[in-house]
Amino acid sequence: MAVREGMLVLLAERPRHGYELKVELERRTGSLWSLNTGQVYTTLDRLQRDGLVEPADDVDPGNDARRRAYRLTGEGEKAARAWLDTTGAVDAPPRDELVMKVLLAAHGPHAEALAVVDAHRHHLLARLQAVRRDRRSAGSPADLAARLCDDVLAVRLEADLRWLDLCTDRLRAHHDPTGGTP
Amino acid sequence: MTSPTSPTSPLLSLTGITCAFADGDQIVTALDDVTLDVDRGRMVAVMGPSGSGKSTLLHVACGLVEPSGGSVTIDGQPPPRAGRGEPRLAGSVLRRDARRWWARQRRDAVGVVHQRLNLMPALPVLDNVALPLRLTGTSRAAAAWAARQALAEVDADDLAQATVDRLSIGQQQRVALARAVVGDRALILADEPTAALDTVAAEQLTELLARLAGAGRAVLMVTHDSRLASWADEVVVLRDGRAVDHVTPTLAATGADAEVPVP
Repeated sequence: MAVREGMLVLLAERPRHGYELKVELERRTGSLWSLNTGQVYTTLDRLQRDGLVEPADDVDPGNDARRRAYRLTGEGEKAARAWLDTTGAVDAPPRDELVMKVLLAAHGPHAEALAVVDAHRHHLLARLQAVRRDRRSAGSPADLAARLCDDVLAVRLEADLRWLDLCTDRLRAHHDPTGGTP
Repeated sequence: MTSPTSPTSPLLSLTGITCAFADGDQIVTALDDVTLDVDRGRMVAVMGPSGSGKSTLLHVACGLVEPSGGSVTIDGQPPPRAGRGEPRLAGSVLRRDARRWWARQRRDAVGVVHQRLNLMPALPVLDNVALPLRLTGTSRAAAAWAARQALAEVDADDLAQATVDRLSIGQQQRVALARAVVGDRALILADEPTAALDTVAAEQLTELLARLAGAGRAVLMVTHDSRLASWADEVVVLRDGRAVDHVTPTLAATGADAEVPVP
């Protein structure tokens, strides 16, 4: 999850405190991201270590480190811009957790690999069923942000499920290239 | 809707269904102890890769295949069966009384939609939908009235006078679905009904099946596609003839990054 890059983008607008970063990140992503405060401060420390942010004590002279504001350095501004402008690599599989787990399992015992795919399919399918059921009973939400979040959830679940179906087919074909019984 | 003779039993009940077929000298087990119920108001999807046994299960549910073990009931009633004796192989339903019983079920209670639509291309839509009733002796007027009702249920009232070969595949599949429900048959069995459709039409047809279930019918759909299966209230996952998973909706998702626990 690109918390680090998200924070850089927010700091590119103006200096902000850690807590403000947390609240604003959650607000803008329709609460798809839920951050804990500690994570935000750890990330700020690392960004400072890497020379991408610096304290902006002139904004809010900080006796309390937790109230300290940060701004981007020149390098930080470049990094924020580069992240926003770059489309995620389309030629390489996204390195999210689902993919990593299935890829790691795929090279293990056949039955276990199928079981991992099945477990993920179970949970994603159950969630998509719930999304569909809620939409059927409640209709689409009137609020635009809620509606877009609703859509992206369903579409991504569909995409992941389609990939898991393909994984099952590919694992079976790989395990038994003759195709087995019809 | 068909009046329930025993309101406590599910409309379709498959219990411990096993199907063993002879393949040369070998015995192939297409289904191994599969149990599922489909009640009025519910849509159940049976999902699995090809060769998982899902079409065989549907054939058992509409009386085209007699299982080698387990029992089928429609609205609480079992078909006439030979007394239990030696373990048998699965096969076509051969006993005359059982075939008659199943034919009656398919006339009154069980509608089937296949991958191949088997519509009469030169006939108007209304005649196609009315055909099952006409073949079993319903008057022309009564059959036409029932066909109009069925077309309305699948949002295809406006197609009644069109000839089938002028319709898109998606419209034809709707007509086939109307033909399956005509005469208020309460159980719909759909075997990969979206196989010939594009993504959008497949989604619409599946949503329509979910709506028919929501309106009180019982729907059993066979599919290999998780996205389509997700429209069902319950998903049974078959692999190599065995039910390996049973999925029902979880509470609304908490977010795109929520953890997916893996045992």
